[in-house]
Amino acid sequence: MELFEITHSPISVEALINKVSRREAGAITTFIGTVREFTKGKKTLSLEYQAYEPMAVKMLSQIGDEIQQKWPDALTAITHRVGKLDITEVAVVIAVSSPHRKTAYEANEYAIERIKQIVPIWKKEFWEDGTKWIGDQLETVEYPEGKPSKGESM
Amino acid sequence: MITVLFFAGIREEVGMDQLQVEKQDITVSQLKEYLQTEYQLSSLQQVMVAVNESFVTEDETLKDRDTVAFIPPVSGG
Repeated sequence: MELFEITHSPISVEALINKVSRREAGAITTFIGTVREFTKGKKTLSLEYQAYEPMAVKMLSQIGDEIQQKWPDALTAITHRVGKLDITEVAVVIAVSSPHRKTAYEANEYAIERIKQIVPIWKKEFWEDGTKWIGDQLETVEYPEGKPSKGESM
Repeated sequence: MITVLFFAGIREEVGMDQLQVEKQDITVSQLKEYLQTEYQLSSLQQVMVAVNESFVTEDETLKDRDTVAFIPPVSGG
């Protein structure tokens, strides 16, 4: 069973929950990232995700290691889908289990923030009037040392 | 020989997924300069670089058979 995956097919949330389900857990949080129709008033028709797959899996698993260090009793599974997706389809699922709920919530949010920083996955927006590969959406990501920092949240 | 991988917008600009460069013992920034000149790329300034699937800095020296990937700002999630 792989905890960190890139897939070309629809993601089963149930399958991710099962990966982190265990007797010590008192909580499982799931994050489901879906394709949004409107961004800043602009209508998206569909999206295409592309990944540098072997490195993306490595980076997802690095995020798992970072979570393990920050929250030793958390167990994380992440699957990100690539290829063409329609509005409302699921692009990413993160499941975290822990003995108590606070850890599961915090670690889950940490995981999605890190995905947006270090995992080599890109999305291309298809609009009525054209297409574009989207870079860093918030323009908040800078790499002062020329590369993303390891471990620390930016 | 170095294998160079392109993704997202750069892939479309270059018009290919990857290419082989007959070089070694050059730095990442030297490789960037070479590719920018050779393929008239608009910009590789914002782009991070991974060698053999790990992020590196511009001064990293490339060896024979390394795989270099140019990683534009990511937008997964």
